[in-house]
Amino acid sequence: MTDLKEELVSTKLIRRKTILSFAFFCLFFIACFLGWRWLHKQPLQNNTPLVLRNALNTNESVFNSLFSNQKLSKPYPISKAETTVRVNGTAGLTNNFDATTWKLQLVKNSGDTIFISLDDLKQLPKTEVVFDFKCIEGWSQVTYWGGVKFSDFAAKYGLVNETGLLYTGLHTPDNEYYVGIDNKSMLHPQTILCYEMNGKPLPNNQGYPLRLIIPVKYGVKHLKRIGTIFFSNVRPPDYWFERGYDYYCGL
Amino acid sequence: MADKKIIQKHPLAIRWLHWINFPVLGIMVWSGLLIYWANDVYRIGWGDTTILKFFPDSVNKALNLPYRLAEGMSFHFLFMWVFAVNGIIYFLYLLFSKEYKLIFPNKKSLKEAWLVLLHDLRIKKGLPPQKKYNAAQRIAYTGVIFLGFFMLLTGIAIYKPVQFYWLCNLLGGYEWARAEHFIITLLFCLFFLVHIIQVLLAGWNNFRGMVTGFEIKKDTSTKDAAQQNN
Repeated sequence: MTDLKEELVSTKLIRRKTILSFAFFCLFFIACFLGWRWLHKQPLQNNTPLVLRNALNTNESVFNSLFSNQKLSKPYPISKAETTVRVNGTAGLTNNFDATTWKLQLVKNSGDTIFISLDDLKQLPKTEVVFDFKCIEGWSQVTYWGGVKFSDFAAKYGLVNETGLLYTGLHTPDNEYYVGIDNKSMLHPQTILCYEMNGKPLPNNQGYPLRLIIPVKYGVKHLKRIGTIFFSNVRPPDYWFERGYDYYCGL
Repeated sequence: MADKKIIQKHPLAIRWLHWINFPVLGIMVWSGLLIYWANDVYRIGWGDTTILKFFPDSVNKALNLPYRLAEGMSFHFLFMWVFAVNGIIYFLYLLFSKEYKLIFPNKKSLKEAWLVLLHDLRIKKGLPPQKKYNAAQRIAYTGVIFLGFFMLLTGIAIYKPVQFYWLCNLLGGYEWARAEHFIITLLFCLFFLVHIIQVLLAGWNNFRGMVTGFEIKKDTSTKDAAQQNN
């Protein structure tokens, strides 16, 4: 069985088999080349060729169906958290922002908008998360955050119908930065509306007064300075999605 | 006189899986480099001394890597499926066809591989008898199967580090898993380089074997083989 089989064949047959095999060999590489060209000629959907966009969306449905709230981003002791926290983006953090008049705008399905102050949020139980923050660029950093667990927030403000929809959308007050996130991930026990970093109020460049921390997503989804929260069954607009990235960005 | 002896060397399935892997792995390495560029922190060196940066600006420029992270990810996360499925089918084929007996190293392989190395470096003449592959090939090809397997594991670990947290922890955590994924890529490229050189040195008959499946047996050895077969 493991010995190689030997045969006595005519040179004519050898030649014929060789030509046939190499014909298929060349066809295969021509097909690869044409496939490559075809991929690059695809119409763009949100800055990604359609076939690749569909693949990302298919990956999303595969991993969204595997998603479990039981699985946590590895918790770290506070002592492991970095004191110098990396700042990687400033979109949505305009200078003319007035923190004194800021209130979180929560848009309910009924059409009502509820205005919530930071003090209101601080009345809710505080949840602290120390985890390895992962940027889509490939770096990561153990960081320490505090705020209101989104599921506690949803319970307090009666968001049963809202979180029953597929997505939550978040915008900065100036609408310059915006993300959409599936509600399974929003209700993950480590997802918090965050108002503290390293035990102190958020610095401006980390989204003072309130940002999202969602350890089951890449950093692009951790929107800094939340202005508005709303809910939808269709994907809310997403800043980096429009620039060619995956919508899901789940970890 | 018109007849020649041929050896059936590579089954059809192996040839297809081998050649499919070639462009797929090419796309995976290329798109991987587009992703890596966004956080290109690896280097060889110590302290402030860097002997080799991965990668020098000239390489980044020559390969047109900068600012293509989104593109790299979208390619990587489509073709990962092809790479995985192709590799799994290959592995299962090796097992069920018993072809693995010709590839996996055996007891003598380590010693023989040393002899093959000495021979290839023109230090010593003569090779130990072999079947489909010599001992060095057995070790290299089995090694590359392992590499593929770890490529898959480290890839899953950095792709979904929360959902596969146990795997990520097992590999030493997120950052280690990323570094391992990168090192395996380098090893794959090294394998590719040596593989190409060896194929060029081995010549046409050997290369044709990977396309047609058979090699033509040299006239001189026909007699010996006939005697051995008794």
